[in-house]
Amino acid sequence: MSPISRGFTGRRRGSADPSRVPPGQYVTGDFPVLSAGPTPRTTLDEWSFTIHGAVNEPVSWPWEEFLALPSETITADIHCVTKWSKLDTSWRGVSVDTLLRSVVTEADYLTAWSDGGYTTNLTIRDVTGSKAWVAYEYGGEPLEPEHGGPARLLVPHLYFWKSAKWVRGLTLTPGDEPGFWEGYGYHNHGDPWLEQRYQGD
Amino acid sequence: MEALDGNAIAGTLFEHFGTEMTTVLGACAHCGTRSQIAELAVYTHAPGVVARCRPCGNVVMVLVTVRNQLRLDASAFRMDEGSGR
Amino acid sequence: MARAALPGRLTWQPGRVVELVDETPRCKSLALELPDWRGHRAGQHVDVRLTAEDGYQAERSYSIASGPEDRQLLLTVERLDDGEVSPYLTDELRPGDELELRGPIGGYFVWEYSQGGPLLMIAGGSGVVPFRAMLRHWTAGQRNVPARLLYSSRTLEDVIYRHDLNGLAEQGAEVKLTLTREWPPDWQGHRGRVDRNLLADVAWPPQQRPLVYVCGPTAFVEGVAEALVDSGHEPSRIRTERFGPTGT
Repeated sequence: MSPISRGFTGRRRGSADPSRVPPGQYVTGDFPVLSAGPTPRTTLDEWSFTIHGAVNEPVSWPWEEFLALPSETITADIHCVTKWSKLDTSWRGVSVDTLLRSVVTEADYLTAWSDGGYTTNLTIRDVTGSKAWVAYEYGGEPLEPEHGGPARLLVPHLYFWKSAKWVRGLTLTPGDEPGFWEGYGYHNHGDPWLEQRYQGD
Repeated sequence: MEALDGNAIAGTLFEHFGTEMTTVLGACAHCGTRSQIAELAVYTHAPGVVARCRPCGNVVMVLVTVRNQLRLDASAFRMDEGSGR
Repeated sequence: MARAALPGRLTWQPGRVVELVDETPRCKSLALELPDWRGHRAGQHVDVRLTAEDGYQAERSYSIASGPEDRQLLLTVERLDDGEVSPYLTDELRPGDELELRGPIGGYFVWEYSQGGPLLMIAGGSGVVPFRAMLRHWTAGQRNVPARLLYSSRTLEDVIYRHDLNGLAEQGAEVKLTLTREWPPDWQGHRGRVDRNLLADVAWPPQQRPLVYVCGPTAFVEGVAEALVDSGHEPSRIRTERFGPTGT
Protein backbone atom coordinates (compact mmCIF):
# COMPACT_ATOMS: atom_id res chain seq x y z
CA MET A 1 0.00 0.00 0.00
CA SER A 2 1.64 3.24 -1.15
CA PRO A 3 1.89 6.15 1.26
CA ILE A 4 -0.47 9.03 0.50
CA SER A 5 1.22 12.05 -1.06
CA ARG A 6 -0.02 14.90 1.10
CA GLY A 7 -2.11 17.36 -0.90
CA PHE A 8 -1.96 15.48 -4.21
CA THR A 9 -5.22 15.12 -6.09
CA GLY A 10 -4.16 14.82 -9.69
CA ARG A 11 -5.78 16.58 -12.58
CA ARG A 12 -9.26 15.27 -11.89
CA ARG A 13 -12.24 17.58 -11.81
CA GLY A 14 -14.61 16.51 -9.07
CA SER A 15 -18.11 17.58 -9.81
CA ALA A 16 -19.95 15.80 -12.58
CA ASP A 17 -23.30 14.04 -12.57
CA PRO A 18 -22.25 10.52 -11.48
CA SER A 19 -24.88 8.94 -13.70
CA ARG A 20 -22.85 10.16 -16.67
CA VAL A 21 -19.54 8.75 -15.46
CA PRO A 22 -18.96 5.02 -16.08
CA PRO A 23 -17.27 2.94 -13.35
CA GLY A 24 -13.59 3.69 -12.81
CA GLN A 25 -13.63 6.88 -14.87
CA TYR A 26 -12.94 10.50 -13.91
CA VAL A 27 -14.04 13.61 -15.78
CA THR A 28 -11.46 15.86 -17.40
CA GLY A 29 -11.70 19.34 -18.86
CA ASP A 30 -8.86 18.80 -21.36
CA PHE A 31 -8.87 16.60 -24.39
CA PRO A 32 -5.85 14.32 -23.89
CA VAL A 33 -4.04 13.23 -27.02
CA LEU A 34 -3.24 9.54 -27.16
CA SER A 35 -1.51 7.81 -30.01
CA ALA A 36 0.28 4.58 -30.85
CA GLY A 37 2.36 6.23 -33.51
CA PRO A 38 3.25 9.39 -35.41
CA THR A 39 0.46 11.66 -36.64
CA PRO A 40 -0.22 10.82 -40.28
CA ARG A 41 -0.15 13.74 -42.68
CA THR A 42 -2.56 12.70 -45.42
CA THR A 43 -3.57 15.62 -47.60
CA LEU A 44 -7.20 16.08 -48.54
CA ASP A 45 -6.58 15.29 -52.18
CA GLU A 46 -4.91 12.02 -51.18
CA TRP A 47 -7.75 11.16 -48.78
CA SER A 48 -10.65 8.83 -49.49
CA PHE A 49 -13.02 6.73 -47.42
CA THR A 50 -13.66 3.14 -48.54
CA ILE A 51 -16.06 0.40 -47.55
CA HIS A 52 -14.99 -3.00 -48.84
CA GLY A 53 -14.55 -6.64 -47.81
CA ALA A 54 -17.68 -8.77 -47.45
CA VAL A 55 -19.80 -6.47 -49.64
CA ASN A 56 -21.36 -6.88 -53.06
CA GLU A 57 -19.34 -3.98 -54.43
CA PRO A 58 -16.77 -1.80 -52.69
CA VAL A 59 -17.46 1.92 -52.52
CA SER A 60 -15.12 4.84 -52.09
CA TRP A 61 -15.59 8.60 -51.60
CA PRO A 62 -12.93 11.21 -52.17
CA TRP A 63 -12.92 14.14 -49.73
CA GLU A 64 -15.19 16.56 -51.60
CA GLU A 65 -17.80 13.89 -52.19
CA PHE A 66 -17.59 12.76 -48.59
CA LEU A 67 -18.25 16.28 -47.34
CA ALA A 68 -21.29 16.46 -49.63
CA LEU A 69 -22.90 13.49 -47.90
CA PRO A 70 -25.68 14.23 -45.41
CA SER A 71 -24.02 15.09 -42.09
CA GLU A 72 -25.13 15.60 -38.53
CA THR A 73 -23.98 17.36 -35.39
CA ILE A 74 -23.38 15.00 -32.56
CA THR A 75 -23.02 15.84 -28.88
CA ALA A 76 -21.64 12.98 -26.88
CA ASP A 77 -19.80 11.97 -23.75
CA ILE A 78 -16.61 10.08 -24.54
CA HIS A 79 -14.78 7.59 -22.34
CA CYS A 80 -11.16 6.53 -22.73
CA VAL A 81 -9.96 3.23 -21.34
CA THR A 82 -7.11 5.14 -19.67
CA LYS A 83 -9.84 6.40 -17.33
CA TRP A 84 -10.61 9.93 -18.46
CA SER A 85 -14.09 10.89 -19.62
CA LYS A 86 -15.05 14.09 -21.36
CA LEU A 87 -18.65 15.20 -21.33
CA ASP A 88 -20.67 17.02 -23.99
CA THR A 89 -18.14 16.86 -26.80
CA SER A 90 -19.43 18.24 -30.04
CA TRP A 91 -18.76 16.84 -33.52
CA ARG A 92 -19.95 16.94 -37.09
CA GLY A 93 -19.79 13.91 -39.32
CA VAL A 94 -21.51 11.40 -41.54
CA SER A 95 -23.46 8.64 -39.87
CA VAL A 96 -22.15 5.13 -40.52
CA ASP A 97 -25.79 4.23 -41.26
CA THR A 98 -25.62 6.60 -44.24
CA LEU A 99 -22.33 5.11 -45.41
CA LEU A 100 -23.47 1.49 -45.11
CA ARG A 101 -26.50 2.25 -47.24
CA SER A 102 -24.11 2.34 -50.21
CA VAL A 103 -23.23 -1.34 -49.89
CA VAL A 104 -25.04 -4.62 -49.66
CA THR A 105 -23.66 -6.98 -47.06
CA GLU A 106 -24.54 -9.83 -44.76
CA ALA A 107 -21.51 -9.35 -42.56
CA ASP A 108 -22.01 -8.93 -38.83
CA TYR A 109 -18.56 -7.47 -38.13
CA LEU A 110 -16.16 -4.92 -39.45
CA THR A 111 -12.64 -3.67 -38.99
CA ALA A 112 -12.05 0.07 -39.11
CA TRP A 113 -8.61 0.85 -40.51
CA SER A 114 -6.56 4.01 -40.51
CA ASP A 115 -3.56 5.76 -41.97
CA GLY A 116 -0.53 4.59 -40.01
CA GLY A 117 -1.82 1.02 -39.74
CA TYR A 118 -4.17 1.22 -36.76
CA THR A 119 -7.19 -1.08 -36.72
CA THR A 120 -10.10 -1.76 -34.40
CA ASN A 121 -12.96 -4.26 -34.66
CA LEU A 122 -16.66 -3.57 -34.21
CA THR A 123 -20.00 -5.30 -34.73
CA ILE A 124 -22.48 -3.99 -37.31
CA ARG A 125 -24.92 -3.57 -34.44
CA ASP A 126 -22.50 -1.24 -32.67
CA VAL A 127 -22.18 1.10 -35.65
CA THR A 128 -25.79 1.23 -36.86
CA GLY A 129 -28.91 2.85 -35.45
CA SER A 130 -27.31 6.26 -34.95
CA LYS A 131 -24.45 4.96 -32.86
CA ALA A 132 -21.42 5.76 -35.02
CA TRP A 133 -20.14 8.45 -37.36
CA VAL A 134 -17.14 9.37 -39.41
CA ALA A 135 -16.47 12.80 -37.93
CA TYR A 136 -14.49 15.60 -39.56
CA GLU A 137 -15.30 18.48 -37.24
CA TYR A 138 -14.78 18.86 -33.52
CA GLY A 139 -16.04 21.80 -31.51
CA GLY A 140 -17.22 23.50 -34.68
CA GLU A 141 -13.75 23.45 -36.30
CA PRO A 142 -12.09 21.07 -38.74
CA LEU A 143 -10.76 18.10 -36.81
CA GLU A 144 -7.08 18.67 -35.95
CA PRO A 145 -4.53 16.06 -37.00
CA GLU A 146 -3.52 15.25 -33.42
CA HIS A 147 -7.15 14.40 -32.65
CA GLY A 148 -7.55 12.29 -35.76
CA GLY A 149 -8.10 14.74 -38.61
CA PRO A 150 -8.97 14.82 -41.49
CA ALA A 151 -11.58 12.36 -40.16
CA ARG A 152 -11.95 9.84 -37.41
CA LEU A 153 -14.45 7.21 -36.45
CA LEU A 154 -16.71 8.26 -33.58
CA VAL A 155 -18.40 5.52 -31.55
CA PRO A 156 -19.12 7.22 -28.21
CA HIS A 157 -20.97 4.34 -26.54
CA LEU A 158 -17.76 2.26 -26.53
CA TYR A 159 -14.32 3.03 -25.09
CA PHE A 160 -12.65 5.64 -27.23
CA TRP A 161 -9.93 3.37 -28.63
CA LYS A 162 -12.70 2.10 -30.89
CA SER A 163 -13.10 5.61 -32.33
CA ALA A 164 -10.21 5.13 -34.72
CA LYS A 165 -8.29 8.30 -35.54
CA TRP A 166 -7.24 8.96 -39.14
CA VAL A 167 -9.82 6.44 -40.32
CA ARG A 168 -9.76 5.65 -44.04
CA GLY A 169 -12.23 2.81 -44.30
CA LEU A 170 -14.22 -0.12 -43.03
CA THR A 171 -13.61 -3.73 -44.01
CA LEU A 172 -16.72 -5.79 -43.49
CA THR A 173 -15.90 -9.26 -42.18
CA PRO A 174 -17.86 -12.48 -41.63
CA GLY A 175 -16.17 -13.04 -38.26
CA ASP A 176 -14.89 -10.84 -35.45
CA GLU A 177 -11.21 -10.05 -36.12
CA PRO A 178 -9.40 -8.37 -33.22
CA GLY A 179 -7.81 -5.05 -34.12
CA PHE A 180 -4.62 -3.50 -32.78
CA TRP A 181 -5.34 -3.07 -29.06
CA GLU A 182 -7.76 -6.00 -28.98
CA GLY A 183 -4.94 -8.24 -30.16
CA TYR A 184 -2.84 -7.14 -27.21
CA GLY A 185 -5.45 -7.87 -24.59
CA TYR A 186 -8.08 -5.18 -24.76
CA HIS A 187 -11.73 -6.20 -24.89
CA ASN A 188 -13.36 -7.04 -28.24
CA HIS A 189 -16.49 -5.11 -27.40
CA GLY A 190 -15.44 -2.34 -24.98
CA ASP A 191 -18.61 -1.13 -23.23
CA PRO A 192 -17.54 1.39 -20.56
CA TRP A 193 -20.73 0.87 -18.56
CA LEU A 194 -19.89 -2.80 -18.15
CA GLU A 195 -16.22 -1.86 -17.66
CA GLN A 196 -15.15 -4.09 -20.54
CA ARG A 197 -11.54 -2.92 -20.64
CA TYR A 198 -9.66 -6.20 -21.15
CA GLN A 199 -10.39 -9.58 -22.75
CA GLY A 200 -12.18 -11.63 -20.13
CA ASP A 201 -13.78 -8.68 -18.34
CA MET B 1 2.44 13.47 -31.16
CA GLU B 2 6.20 13.25 -30.88
CA ALA B 3 7.81 10.08 -29.75
CA LEU B 4 10.11 9.67 -26.80
CA ASP B 5 12.70 6.90 -26.76
CA GLY B 6 13.45 3.70 -24.90
CA ASN B 7 14.83 5.62 -21.93
CA ALA B 8 11.22 6.51 -21.10
CA ILE B 9 10.33 2.88 -20.43
CA ALA B 10 13.59 1.86 -18.77
CA GLY B 11 11.94 1.39 -15.38
CA THR B 12 9.06 -0.67 -16.75
CA LEU B 13 11.41 -2.88 -18.75
CA PHE B 14 13.66 -3.37 -15.72
CA GLU B 15 10.66 -4.56 -13.73
CA HIS B 16 9.66 -7.00 -16.45
CA PHE B 17 13.08 -8.42 -17.30
CA GLY B 18 14.75 -8.02 -13.92
CA THR B 19 17.67 -6.15 -15.44
CA GLU B 20 18.63 -2.91 -17.18
CA MET B 21 17.43 -3.14 -20.80
CA THR B 22 18.12 0.18 -22.51
CA THR B 23 21.45 -0.92 -24.00
CA VAL B 24 20.09 -4.23 -25.31
CA LEU B 25 20.58 -4.56 -29.07
CA GLY B 26 17.99 -6.04 -31.35
CA ALA B 27 16.94 -6.20 -34.98
CA CYS B 28 13.64 -4.93 -36.36
CA ALA B 29 11.73 -7.89 -37.76
CA HIS B 30 10.38 -5.70 -40.58
CA CYS B 31 13.44 -3.92 -41.97
CA GLY B 32 16.36 -5.53 -40.15
CA THR B 33 17.73 -2.30 -38.66
CA ARG B 34 19.67 -2.98 -35.48
CA SER B 35 19.35 -0.58 -32.58
CA GLN B 36 19.52 -0.40 -28.84
CA ILE B 37 16.22 -0.31 -27.00
CA ALA B 38 17.05 3.26 -25.89
CA GLU B 39 17.02 4.28 -29.56
CA LEU B 40 13.52 3.03 -30.40
CA ALA B 41 10.73 5.57 -30.98
CA VAL B 42 8.43 5.14 -28.02
CA TYR B 43 4.82 6.29 -27.70
CA THR B 44 3.70 6.30 -24.08
CA HIS B 45 0.44 8.23 -24.31
CA ALA B 46 -1.86 5.38 -25.28
CA PRO B 47 -3.77 2.43 -23.80
CA GLY B 48 -0.37 0.77 -23.84
CA VAL B 49 3.21 1.60 -24.79
CA VAL B 50 4.22 1.18 -28.41
CA ALA B 51 7.86 1.09 -29.49
CA ARG B 52 8.65 1.50 -33.19
CA CYS B 53 11.74 1.08 -35.28
CA ARG B 54 12.95 4.60 -36.10
CA PRO B 55 13.88 4.09 -39.77
CA CYS B 56 10.87 2.06 -40.90
CA GLY B 57 8.23 3.05 -38.32
CA ASN B 58 6.91 -0.46 -37.80
CA VAL B 59 5.86 -1.63 -34.37
CA VAL B 60 8.54 -3.75 -32.67
CA MET B 61 7.35 -3.81 -29.08
CA VAL B 62 4.02 -3.36 -27.26
CA LEU B 63 3.55 -3.19 -23.50
CA VAL B 64 0.06 -3.43 -22.04
CA THR B 65 -0.88 -3.58 -18.38
CA VAL B 66 -3.88 -5.88 -18.11
CA ARG B 67 -5.42 -5.99 -14.64
CA ASN B 68 -2.14 -4.78 -13.08
CA GLN B 69 -0.08 -7.42 -14.88
CA LEU B 70 2.45 -6.15 -17.41
CA ARG B 71 2.35 -7.98 -20.74
CA LEU B 72 5.15 -7.41 -23.17
CA ASP B 73 5.24 -8.46 -26.82
CA ALA B 74 8.69 -7.92 -28.27
CA SER B 75 8.38 -10.57 -30.95
CA ALA B 76 9.18 -8.06 -33.71
CA PHE B 77 12.39 -6.95 -31.96
CA ARG B 78 14.88 -9.77 -32.29
CA MET B 79 17.07 -9.26 -29.29
CA ASP B 80 20.64 -10.48 -29.27
CA GLU B 81 21.39 -13.76 -27.54
CA GLY B 82 22.05 -13.54 -23.85
CA SER B 83 20.76 -10.00 -23.44
CA GLY B 84 18.29 -9.53 -20.67
CA ARG B 85 16.38 -12.81 -20.94
CA MET C 1 4.57 -11.02 -8.02
CA ALA C 2 6.21 -14.09 -6.49
CA ARG C 3 9.73 -12.75 -6.91
CA ALA C 4 11.23 -11.51 -3.63
CA ALA C 5 12.16 -7.85 -3.63
CA LEU C 6 15.91 -7.41 -3.34
CA PRO C 7 16.91 -4.29 -1.45
CA GLY C 8 17.79 -1.44 -3.78
CA ARG C 9 16.61 -3.52 -6.71
CA LEU C 10 14.14 -1.21 -8.34
CA THR C 11 11.48 -1.46 -5.71
CA TRP C 12 9.55 1.63 -4.72
CA GLN C 13 11.27 3.29 -1.81
CA PRO C 14 10.46 6.29 0.35
CA GLY C 15 12.30 9.58 0.04
CA ARG C 16 11.90 12.55 2.34
CA VAL C 17 12.09 16.09 1.05
CA VAL C 18 14.85 17.88 2.94
CA GLU C 19 15.02 21.12 1.02
CA LEU C 20 13.44 22.88 -1.95
CA VAL C 21 15.61 25.20 -4.01
CA ASP C 22 14.33 27.75 -6.52
CA GLU C 23 16.50 27.41 -9.60
CA THR C 24 14.57 29.55 -12.08
CA PRO C 25 11.02 30.98 -12.16
CA ARG C 26 9.85 27.63 -13.51
CA CYS C 27 12.29 25.13 -12.01
CA LYS C 28 12.79 23.87 -8.53
CA SER C 29 15.28 21.36 -7.18
CA LEU C 30 14.30 18.88 -4.52
CA ALA C 31 16.96 17.60 -2.14
CA LEU C 32 15.95 14.18 -0.87
CA GLU C 33 16.99 11.77 1.82
CA LEU C 34 16.44 8.12 0.99
CA PRO C 35 17.29 5.56 3.68
CA ASP C 36 17.56 2.71 1.15
CA TRP C 37 19.45 4.53 -1.58
CA ARG C 38 22.43 2.62 -2.99
CA GLY C 39 23.94 5.24 -5.23
CA HIS C 40 23.68 5.92 -8.92
CA ARG C 41 25.61 6.62 -12.12
CA ALA C 42 25.62 10.05 -13.72
CA GLY C 43 22.81 10.33 -16.25
CA GLN C 44 20.40 7.92 -14.60
CA HIS C 45 16.89 8.89 -13.54
CA VAL C 46 14.29 7.97 -10.97
CA ASP C 47 10.58 7.33 -11.34
CA VAL C 48 8.49 9.32 -8.86
CA ARG C 49 5.05 8.12 -7.87
CA LEU C 50 2.32 10.14 -6.17
CA THR C 51 -0.78 8.65 -4.56
CA ALA C 52 -3.96 10.58 -3.85
CA GLU C 53 -6.22 9.78 -0.91
CA ASP C 54 -8.60 7.78 -3.09
CA GLY C 55 -5.76 5.63 -4.39
CA TYR C 56 -5.30 7.45 -7.72
CA GLN C 57 -1.65 7.34 -8.77
CA ALA C 58 0.51 9.27 -11.18
CA GLU C 59 4.08 8.47 -12.11
CA ARG C 60 6.79 10.54 -13.83
CA SER C 61 10.50 10.17 -14.51
CA TYR C 62 13.06 12.77 -13.40
CA SER C 63 16.76 12.80 -14.14
CA ILE C 64 19.01 12.82 -11.12
CA ALA C 65 20.76 16.18 -10.92
CA SER C 66 23.27 15.24 -8.22
CA GLY C 67 26.49 13.41 -8.96
CA PRO C 68 27.23 9.89 -7.68
CA GLU C 69 29.71 11.36 -5.21
CA ASP C 70 27.32 13.96 -3.80
CA ARG C 71 25.93 13.49 -0.32
CA GLN C 72 22.31 14.26 -1.10
CA LEU C 73 20.09 13.13 -3.95
CA LEU C 74 18.90 16.09 -6.00
CA LEU C 75 16.10 16.16 -8.55
CA THR C 76 15.21 19.21 -10.63
CA VAL C 77 11.62 19.65 -11.77
CA GLU C 78 10.32 22.03 -14.39
CA ARG C 79 6.79 23.20 -13.74
CA LEU C 80 4.54 22.50 -16.73
CA ASP C 81 1.50 24.75 -16.51
CA ASP C 82 -0.89 22.03 -17.62
CA GLY C 83 1.03 19.30 -15.85
CA GLU C 84 -0.45 16.93 -13.35
CA VAL C 85 2.65 16.06 -11.33
CA SER C 86 5.12 18.91 -11.81
CA PRO C 87 2.93 21.67 -10.31
CA TYR C 88 2.46 19.49 -7.23
CA LEU C 89 6.22 19.00 -6.86
CA THR C 90 7.08 22.66 -7.40
CA ASP C 91 4.14 24.35 -5.66
CA GLU C 92 2.75 22.04 -3.01
CA LEU C 93 5.62 19.92 -1.72
CA ARG C 94 7.18 20.97 1.59
CA PRO C 95 10.27 19.88 3.53
CA GLY C 96 9.33 16.82 5.52
CA ASP C 97 6.94 15.47 2.86
CA GLU C 98 7.53 11.98 1.53
CA LEU C 99 7.75 10.83 -2.06
CA GLU C 100 7.84 7.33 -3.48
CA LEU C 101 10.77 6.73 -5.83
CA ARG C 102 12.08 3.89 -7.92
CA GLY C 103 15.61 3.78 -9.22
CA PRO C 104 18.24 4.51 -10.23
CA ILE C 105 17.21 3.64 -13.76
CA GLY C 106 19.14 3.72 -17.00
CA GLY C 107 22.21 2.18 -18.55
CA TYR C 108 22.37 3.85 -21.92
CA PHE C 109 22.39 7.53 -21.11
CA VAL C 110 25.14 7.41 -18.49
CA TRP C 111 28.71 8.68 -18.43
CA GLU C 112 31.60 7.51 -16.35
CA TYR C 113 35.33 8.17 -16.63
CA SER C 114 35.88 4.64 -17.91
CA GLN C 115 34.07 5.62 -21.10
CA GLY C 116 36.61 8.32 -21.91
CA GLY C 117 35.94 11.32 -24.09
CA PRO C 118 36.19 14.08 -25.07
CA LEU C 119 32.78 14.47 -23.43
CA LEU C 120 30.35 16.75 -25.26
CA MET C 121 26.97 17.37 -23.62
CA ILE C 122 24.25 19.23 -25.55
CA ALA C 123 21.21 20.30 -23.55
CA GLY C 124 17.89 21.83 -24.53
CA GLY C 125 16.02 23.48 -21.66
CA SER C 126 15.54 21.12 -18.74
CA GLY C 127 17.57 18.55 -20.67
CA VAL C 128 20.53 19.98 -18.77
CA VAL C 129 19.59 18.11 -15.61
CA PRO C 130 21.42 14.79 -16.27
CA PHE C 131 24.44 16.80 -17.42
CA ARG C 132 24.72 18.44 -14.03
CA ALA C 133 25.13 14.93 -12.62
CA MET C 134 27.76 14.11 -15.23
CA LEU C 135 29.66 17.31 -14.51
CA ARG C 136 29.47 16.75 -10.74
CA HIS C 137 30.98 13.30 -11.37
CA TRP C 138 33.58 14.86 -13.62
CA THR C 139 34.66 17.39 -10.95
CA ALA C 140 34.91 14.61 -8.35
CA GLY C 141 37.44 12.78 -10.50
CA GLN C 142 40.75 13.39 -12.24
CA ARG C 143 39.34 15.78 -14.84
CA ASN C 144 41.69 14.24 -17.37
CA VAL C 145 38.84 13.91 -19.87
CA PRO C 146 37.99 17.19 -21.61
CA ALA C 147 34.34 18.07 -20.89
CA ARG C 148 32.16 20.63 -22.61
CA LEU C 149 28.51 21.55 -22.18
CA LEU C 150 26.52 23.32 -24.88
CA TYR C 151 23.28 24.50 -23.29
CA SER C 152 20.40 25.95 -25.28
CA SER C 153 17.85 27.99 -23.34
CA ARG C 154 15.07 30.35 -24.37
CA THR C 155 16.26 33.15 -22.09
CA LEU C 156 18.99 33.80 -19.55
CA GLU C 157 16.39 33.70 -16.80
CA ASP C 158 15.56 30.10 -17.76
CA VAL C 159 19.14 28.87 -17.48
CA ILE C 160 19.18 26.34 -14.65
CA TYR C 161 22.20 26.04 -12.33
CA ARG C 162 23.72 29.29 -13.53
CA HIS C 163 25.98 29.62 -10.53
CA ASP C 164 26.97 25.95 -10.59
CA LEU C 165 27.85 26.31 -14.25
CA ASN C 166 30.07 29.30 -13.57
CA GLY C 167 31.83 27.26 -10.91
CA LEU C 168 32.36 24.38 -13.32
CA ALA C 169 33.91 26.71 -15.83
CA GLU C 170 36.42 27.70 -13.18
CA GLN C 171 37.31 24.06 -12.69
CA GLY C 172 38.14 23.48 -16.31
CA ALA C 173 34.88 22.27 -17.85
CA GLU C 174 33.77 24.41 -20.75
CA VAL C 175 30.24 25.74 -20.64
CA LYS C 176 28.73 27.40 -23.71
CA LEU C 177 25.30 28.96 -23.54
CA THR C 178 23.09 29.75 -26.48
CA LEU C 179 19.90 31.75 -26.00
CA THR C 180 17.16 31.32 -28.55
CA ARG C 181 14.36 33.75 -27.73
CA GLU C 182 15.89 36.78 -26.07
CA TRP C 183 19.23 37.87 -24.67
CA PRO C 184 20.62 40.81 -22.71
CA PRO C 185 21.91 43.73 -24.79
CA ASP C 186 25.51 43.00 -23.76
CA TRP C 187 25.23 39.26 -24.29
CA GLN C 188 28.59 37.69 -25.14
CA GLY C 189 27.39 34.11 -25.51
CA HIS C 190 25.83 32.45 -28.55
CA ARG C 191 22.42 33.19 -29.98
CA GLY C 192 19.98 30.98 -31.84
CA ARG C 193 19.39 27.29 -32.13
CA VAL C 194 21.97 24.56 -32.07
CA ASP C 195 22.59 23.93 -35.77
CA ARG C 196 25.52 22.88 -37.92
CA ASN C 197 27.06 26.34 -37.74
CA LEU C 198 26.95 26.51 -33.99
CA LEU C 199 28.31 22.97 -33.74
CA ALA C 200 31.17 23.93 -36.03
CA ASP C 201 32.05 26.70 -33.57
CA VAL C 202 31.49 24.85 -30.34
CA ALA C 203 31.78 21.11 -30.79
CA TRP C 204 35.00 19.17 -31.16
CA PRO C 205 35.58 18.18 -34.79
CA PRO C 206 34.44 14.66 -35.70
CA GLN C 207 38.06 13.59 -36.08
CA GLN C 208 38.45 13.88 -32.32
CA ARG C 209 35.59 11.40 -31.91
CA PRO C 210 33.84 13.02 -28.96
CA LEU C 211 31.29 11.08 -26.96
CA VAL C 212 28.20 13.20 -27.50
CA TYR C 213 25.13 13.20 -25.27
CA VAL C 214 22.03 15.12 -26.34
CA CYS C 215 19.09 15.67 -23.99
CA GLY C 216 15.92 17.74 -24.14
CA PRO C 217 12.54 17.82 -25.85
CA THR C 218 12.11 15.44 -28.77
CA ALA C 219 12.23 18.11 -31.49
CA PHE C 220 15.44 19.58 -30.03
CA VAL C 221 17.15 16.20 -29.72
CA GLU C 222 16.29 15.14 -33.24
CA GLY C 223 17.36 18.42 -34.77
CA VAL C 224 20.70 18.32 -32.95
CA ALA C 225 21.33 14.64 -33.66
CA GLU C 226 20.70 15.24 -37.34
CA ALA C 227 23.03 18.25 -37.36
CA LEU C 228 25.73 16.20 -35.63
CA VAL C 229 25.51 13.37 -38.15
CA ASP C 230 25.40 15.83 -41.05
CA SER C 231 28.58 17.38 -39.62
CA GLY C 232 30.30 14.02 -39.74
CA HIS C 233 30.02 12.77 -36.17
CA GLU C 234 29.72 9.01 -35.81
CA PRO C 235 26.14 7.94 -34.94
CA SER C 236 27.54 5.25 -32.65
CA ARG C 237 29.15 7.93 -30.49
CA ILE C 238 25.95 9.94 -30.08
CA ARG C 239 23.52 9.13 -27.27
CA THR C 240 20.12 10.75 -26.99
CA GLU C 241 17.48 11.13 -24.31
CA ARG C 242 14.14 12.72 -25.14
CA PHE C 243 11.91 14.40 -22.60
CA GLY C 244 8.25 15.27 -22.97
CA PRO C 245 7.52 18.75 -24.33
CA THR C 246 9.22 21.68 -22.59
CA GLY C 247 10.79 24.84 -23.85
CA THR C 248 14.28 25.29 -25.23
